[in-house]
Amino acid sequence: MKVLVSVKRVVDFNVKVRVKADGSGVETANVKMSMNPFDEIALEEAVRLKEAGVATEIVAVSCGVQACQETLRTALAIGADRAILVESGEELQPLAVAKLLKAICQKEAPQLVILGKQAIDDDSNQTGQMLAALLGWSQATFASKVAMEKEKATVTREVDGGLETISIKLPAIVTTDLRLNEPRYVTLPNIMKAKKKPLETLKPETLGVDVCPRLITLKVVEPPKRKAGVKVADARALVEKLRNEAKVI
Amino acid sequence: MSAYTAPLKDMRFVLNELAGLAAVARLPGYQDTTPDTADAILEEAAKFATEVLDPLNYSGDQEGSNWNDGSVTTPRGFKEAYKLFCEGGWSALSLDPEWGGQGLPKLLSTPVTEMITSANMSFSLCPMLTQGAIEAMLLSGTAQLKKTFLPKMFDGTWTGTMNLTEPQAGSDLALVRTKAVRTGEHYLISGQKIFITFGEHDMTSNIVHLVLARTPDAPEGVRGISLFIVPKFMVKPDGSPGARNAANCASIEHKLGIHASPTAVMVFENAVGYLVGEENKGLAYMFIMMNAARFGVGLQGVSIAERAFQRALAYARERVQGRDLVEGTKAVPIIRHPDVRRMLMLMKSQTEAARALAYVVAASMDFSLKTTNKEEQKQHQAFVELMIPVVKGWSTETGTEVASLGVQVHGGMGFIEETGAAQHLRDARITTIYEGTTGIQANDLVGRKIAREGGVTIKAWLAVVSAFEKKELAKSQSADIKVIGQRLAAGVQAVSESVDFILATAGKDPNAAFAGAVPFLRLVGIVAGGWQMARAALVSEQKLLDKASDPGFYSAKISTARFYADQLLSQAPGLAATVTSGAASVMALAEDQFLAA
Repeated sequence: MKVLVSVKRVVDFNVKVRVKADGSGVETANVKMSMNPFDEIALEEAVRLKEAGVATEIVAVSCGVQACQETLRTALAIGADRAILVESGEELQPLAVAKLLKAICQKEAPQLVILGKQAIDDDSNQTGQMLAALLGWSQATFASKVAMEKEKATVTREVDGGLETISIKLPAIVTTDLRLNEPRYVTLPNIMKAKKKPLETLKPETLGVDVCPRLITLKVVEPPKRKAGVKVADARALVEKLRNEAKVI
Repeated sequence: MSAYTAPLKDMRFVLNELAGLAAVARLPGYQDTTPDTADAILEEAAKFATEVLDPLNYSGDQEGSNWNDGSVTTPRGFKEAYKLFCEGGWSALSLDPEWGGQGLPKLLSTPVTEMITSANMSFSLCPMLTQGAIEAMLLSGTAQLKKTFLPKMFDGTWTGTMNLTEPQAGSDLALVRTKAVRTGEHYLISGQKIFITFGEHDMTSNIVHLVLARTPDAPEGVRGISLFIVPKFMVKPDGSPGARNAANCASIEHKLGIHASPTAVMVFENAVGYLVGEENKGLAYMFIMMNAARFGVGLQGVSIAERAFQRALAYARERVQGRDLVEGTKAVPIIRHPDVRRMLMLMKSQTEAARALAYVVAASMDFSLKTTNKEEQKQHQAFVELMIPVVKGWSTETGTEVASLGVQVHGGMGFIEETGAAQHLRDARITTIYEGTTGIQANDLVGRKIAREGGVTIKAWLAVVSAFEKKELAKSQSADIKVIGQRLAAGVQAVSESVDFILATAGKDPNAAFAGAVPFLRLVGIVAGGWQMARAALVSEQKLLDKASDPGFYSAKISTARFYADQLLSQAPGLAATVTSGAASVMALAEDQFLAA
C-alpha cells in the first residue's frame, strides 16, 4: 500500500513570531523554519505503518519555495522513501495546496493520504478536508488512532464531546491530531541515507493547477498587549465587573 | 530555569566563514559533508541535546550516580537517554565507516559534541571515553580484538573506559604499578585504578576497560608500560557477555561537580586482560590519542561557557533591580546596568573566541589526517600540535572563568543551587584538571611545542597573524576593526617577545622559562582568540557591505570583537611582562619561608 504524506515548512514552534513592520504578514527572514509538527506526526504514522508491514512505500510531498527541499530531506531522514516538491514562489493557500495534492494523488494513486490537521503558521485546518472533497475520497480528520484493515481503516477522532470512532473506505484522507503518536528522533545514519533518496521537483503548471490566491490578506497585527490588572474590593465588585465590563457572565 | 538553546547561528558562521567547512568537505572521504547534510546534522543534534539531554542536567546533578555493593546506578533518565543517543547513531559520528561509524569530519563532530556537552556534560563523558577506547583499539588492537569489541562499542551497546591513574601515579604515569602477568594467550591484571570515568554504570550490558599496567620484567618508568583490554564480562564465542571478570568497582568518588558521571575506583584481581599492540608501548599509544582527548576537554570549556552564558543572559533579562543610570526612575532588568553588561560581554566574547579557535583547530586536524598534499599536511599537523595545549588549557580556564561570571551575574541567587548557575561552575572546575592540568598544558606548550623546536611553528603562526593584520585588517574602513588591528598587533608583539624569552632561557634557566608558562599559555590563548575574532569582524564587515541578510548578527559580531580587543587583547602586553620578568620572584622564597607565621 502506498501512503502519501504532505509536509509543510513553517516557522519553528520555538520561535516567537513577529509581525512585519508594514503589517503585510509575519517576519520569516532569518527565522528558524522547520516541519509543521502535525505533519511530523503524520509522517511518523506512515513510517509506523511501513514498519508494521502495512505500507510499502511512503511518498512525502511539500508545496512551496525551493527551501522546502530541506523539510523534504528531513522527511526522507524520518523514513519517507521518496519526495516530491511542487515548487512555487506564490503564496499557497489551502485550496491551491489541496488542488496540487489532488493532482499528485491522481498521478501516484496512494491508498492513504495522511496530513497534519492544520499548520501552525496559518492554523487553517482546511487542506485535508478540501482534498477529500476534490478527490471524492472518504476522510477522517483529527485522528488520535488509526487501525488499518483490508480496504478500510478504523479511525478514532478527537471531537469536542470526546472520542468518535469511524470506519472509512480506502483510498482515504486522514488528518492527524496531537495524540496520534510521538514522532521519533531522526538518526544520523538516516540523515546520511536521506541524501541518496530521490527528490523530484514539479511545477504547478506541469500539474495543470492554477495556484492564484483566492483570499487577500488585508492586515496582520500583533495580539493586543495584556493590560495591567486591577484589585477589586470584594466578590460583589468582581461579579459586577465580570458582568458589565468583561461581559463574560 | 532557562533551557539550553543550541547556538546554531554562531556555529554555522564559524564553520563556514572561519573554519572552512567547504574546504574540509573537499578532502578525500568527506564528500558527504555537503552544506545541507551538515545543516541537517546540526539541527537534529540540537534537537536531541535540547529535548533529551538538557532536561536531565540539573536532576542528574542533584541525584548523582550512586554506588551500592559494587554496582552503580546512574541518575533517573540517563539509561533511557543513552539508549536514544545510541539509536540516533550519535556514538560514532566521526569514526571509521569500516566499523560502522559515519566517517564525518572532526569539524562537523565538534559542534555536535559541543551541543551534547553544553546540554549535559556528565552524560557526554561516557561516549567521550568510549571513543577514546575505540581509537586506541583501532590504532593497535589485533584483528581478533577489534572483531570482538569494536562493533559493539561503535554502536554504543558497550561502553569503554580509560584506566590510567593510580593513587601514586597521576600526572606522572611513570609511577604506574598495576601488574600484568602473561598466562597463555592472555594476561592476568592486578592493581588499583582511580578516577575512572564511567568505570561502572547500569546503562549497558558490558564495559570495556583499557588498562595501563606493567609486565613483571618490564623496564622502569614510561618505557615499561603496556596497554590491556579488560572487559567487565568475558565475551562468549557468540559475542554475548559471559562470565564476570575480576574487574570491580570498589567505590565512586564524592566530587565538586559532574555528579551524574560516576568516577570509579577500580580494583583488578587477576582479571583477564588482552594485550593491545606490543608490550611496553602502552604510553606511546596513549600519546597518539592525547591530541584528540585534550581537544575534547578543551571543547568542554567552550560548551560549559556557552551554557553558563545563556543562563546568565536569561536571568539578566528577567531580574529587575536598580534604576537605569541614564533615564531611569523605576527598577529595570539588570542587563541595563553597565557592569552586568560588561560581565555578559566578557562571557559572550570569550565563548565565541574559544569556539572559533577550537573549530579552526578541528579543521586542521581534518587536513592533517586527510590531505594528500605533504607540505599542507605538515603545516596543519604542526599547527595542531602547537594549538592543542592552548585549546585545552586556555579554553577550560576561560570556561571556568565564564561559569564563575555566570554565578556573579546571578548575585546571591547564583550561590543557590536552584538557579543552576552554580552547577556550571562546579562542572567546569574539573576541565582545567583532568587530561593534563593547565600547568601541564603550559609546560607542554613551552617545552615540547616551543623550546624543543626552536620556536619554528609558533613563529610561523605569528607571521600568519601579523600578515593578516597588516594586509587585511589594515584595509578595513571600520573604526572598530582598526582598533582591533592595533590591539592584535600589540598581542603578536607580546607573544613574540615572550617566545624570544622562552627560547633564551629554557635551556640554561628552565625555572625562569617555566615559571611563566601558565601566564604565557593565557597570552597565546588570548591572542589566538583575538585573531579569530578579528577574522570574524572582517568577514562581518564584508557581509554588511554586501547587504547580507541578518545584519544584526554581523554588527554584533564586530562589536563583540571590538569588546574582546579592548578588554582581553589589551591584557597581552601585561602578560608578556609577567612572562619575561616575573619568574625570579616566583622562585624567590626558600621552601621554609612559606612556613613563616
